[in-house]
Amino acid sequence: MLRVWRLHVGLLLMSSPDLAATGTRTLSEAASKQLLARFGVPFVEERLVSNPADAVRAAQELGVPVVAKLCGDRLAHKTERGLVRLGLADDAAVLDAATELLALAHPDDGVTGVLVAPMLSGSRELIAGVATDPQFGPTVLVGLGGVLTEALADVSVRLAPLGRIDAEEMLDDLRCQALLGEVRGEPALDRTTVIDVLVGLSAAVEGVPELVSVDLNPLIVHDGRAVAVDALVELRAQGAPS
Amino acid sequence: MTGVEVERFLRLFDPRGVVVAGASTHPGKFGFVSLHNILASGYAGKVFATNLDGAPVLGVPTMRSLDELPEGEADLLFVCTPRSANVELLRTAAAKGIRAAFLTSAGYGEAGEEGRAAQAELVQLCEELGILLVGPNGQGVVSTPSHLCAQIVAPYPPTGRIGVASQSGNFVSSFMNWSCATGVGISRAASCGNAAATGVTDFLRFFASDSHTDVSLAYLEGVTDGREVAAALRDVAARQPVVVVKGGATAGGARAAASHTGSLATDDRTFDGLCRQVGVTRAGTVEEAFEAAATFATQPLPTGNRVVVMTTAGGWGVVTADAVTRHPDLELAVLPDDLRDRIDELLPPRWSRSNPIDLAGGETRDTIPQVLEMVAGHPDVDAVIYLGLGIQSNQARMLREGGYFPDHGIERIVAYHERQDQRFAQAAHDISLTTSKPILTATELAVAFPDNPGPSTVRATGRLCYPSADRAVTALGHLWRRRRHLARRGLLEP
Repeated sequence: MLRVWRLHVGLLLMSSPDLAATGTRTLSEAASKQLLARFGVPFVEERLVSNPADAVRAAQELGVPVVAKLCGDRLAHKTERGLVRLGLADDAAVLDAATELLALAHPDDGVTGVLVAPMLSGSRELIAGVATDPQFGPTVLVGLGGVLTEALADVSVRLAPLGRIDAEEMLDDLRCQALLGEVRGEPALDRTTVIDVLVGLSAAVEGVPELVSVDLNPLIVHDGRAVAVDALVELRAQGAPS
Repeated sequence: MTGVEVERFLRLFDPRGVVVAGASTHPGKFGFVSLHNILASGYAGKVFATNLDGAPVLGVPTMRSLDELPEGEADLLFVCTPRSANVELLRTAAAKGIRAAFLTSAGYGEAGEEGRAAQAELVQLCEELGILLVGPNGQGVVSTPSHLCAQIVAPYPPTGRIGVASQSGNFVSSFMNWSCATGVGISRAASCGNAAATGVTDFLRFFASDSHTDVSLAYLEGVTDGREVAAALRDVAARQPVVVVKGGATAGGARAAASHTGSLATDDRTFDGLCRQVGVTRAGTVEEAFEAAATFATQPLPTGNRVVVMTTAGGWGVVTADAVTRHPDLELAVLPDDLRDRIDELLPPRWSRSNPIDLAGGETRDTIPQVLEMVAGHPDVDAVIYLGLGIQSNQARMLREGGYFPDHGIERIVAYHERQDQRFAQAAHDISLTTSKPILTATELAVAFPDNPGPSTVRATGRLCYPSADRAVTALGHLWRRRRHLARRGLLEP
């Protein structure tokens, strides 16, 4: 129980378990999103670039403001390491940010580039993910995100696979229902956007036997739609026990 | 569960004959108490017993050895002998046609390395012999269709439709004590002991196929095979209501569970999610679990969540309206205009004219059954909670016992009140049957004065008289959740 509890809180806190000890490896943010998108988890369009000039071009195409993040196979703690730059509103800001981020890369981060994505705003955040219960196997989770995540620990769990009705009921189970309605001039959450994510995560569990965990943290509720802006997929290493 | 599997369990629950191995002349021993309980509960099959000295126990002649047992006359072996005797005992039993064994004997999986080895051997032996093994280290088995109370503890519950399976024997006793207290009966009950070969989920699968069982009620503690638990709960809950109390839901409880059954606990929210996903009713406490099961067994499922509270006294109605409103899934029905107009014709204008329907003392001889029928019969009402039953009979009791009875006209009024409360309780039952809607009657008189003609008539109709309105609301909420679960997934029976 305690181990699972930590995994769930780990999800809430966007930390990952001791990778070496559990025989798993993580995918980069871009690769994580690519894998999950194959199973229907929706993401916004974004660009993975290898140099600052391409980052500027990407920002021009996507439209500012953008965020820039260092992207690597072994970068599970981007925020803690200061590898995320928000609200980049012009070419100069993008150029500087991309240059700095690439300079901050360690050789063992497995860096694949800089990820440039539209900057989404919204006062509400959710989290979602997959965690493997030692007894029940893979589970899909959704919870309240943001600064109160840890304090409220408002999370709902189902075993994978799950259907759309299950996903809808997961949202019904959250205690923070008032936050899912109209809040401070922002429209009510379009629940189908979360249901799509949860059903997609379930499909990924079924389609990728080596999947151990997924963190989608946060899903920003932007104009009523929940959009996953970060993703971390953890896979069982080859030869590791299932 | 296949027909063959069901047959195996029927040897346990409806045996042609029972053998108590290790019957004792000492009234403090399992071997005495279990034989006593079998005899005292009116088991109709043949009862045999073994005793090392061949001494008669409770008037039953005993065999020194199971070799003396006539072949093909007993299906169930109830084992109270020490571990060392059991291998030979089971071999002989199998040769005599016995196909089910309940072991109370200790010293197995709960007793270190050596005990675990003995348990593994036991499991393998029973598999070879084709014997359904329950226990060891278990409390016993109860089956009301056969009037069988083969257990080392009391009680023997009334007959009913609830099947009980528990990882902990105490919970079997708890649920059966609640059954005795409320009159809502049990079909089968089993404590799994160490669950060496047969666990809670095996019993649940049997209950789902058992013609005597409509509802499964289980206590689970640790989960050793999560995928099997999930699959079993899904299969069984698709066929009948399943109510589960799970121990080890908190960090403190999980540590206690680890030392109790040696099993790993699981993240509580994961188990909670599983229950929601497969339509299992999870209860937080023993009484909530029993009352949920009793409600499934005795009330129809509501087809919607609109609840009307009907009361003869204001305060209860207000608090119950709070409880319904606070419930995340139930709704306090808006009293339909046409219903209000019809009730207006029966009551003086001081009645509440809204939901809760507070009759405010305006009722005459037939008002309560009439209003109840109008309310439950209305298409915009899905369920009724009826409060105030038995008040007059409670006064009648005091009049009976106060030293003035039967003079001063007391006898006549006492009889009237008692007759009326009987009628009201009967009406709640009858109207529930004709409307196919749940009508839950709640009063603490069910506990304070169970002989009160109100609650005792509710019991006589086979239903539960809830000790408080809040508990009735909780039970009704469980019914609605299950109905909604089935409806959303297209699982309702046509």
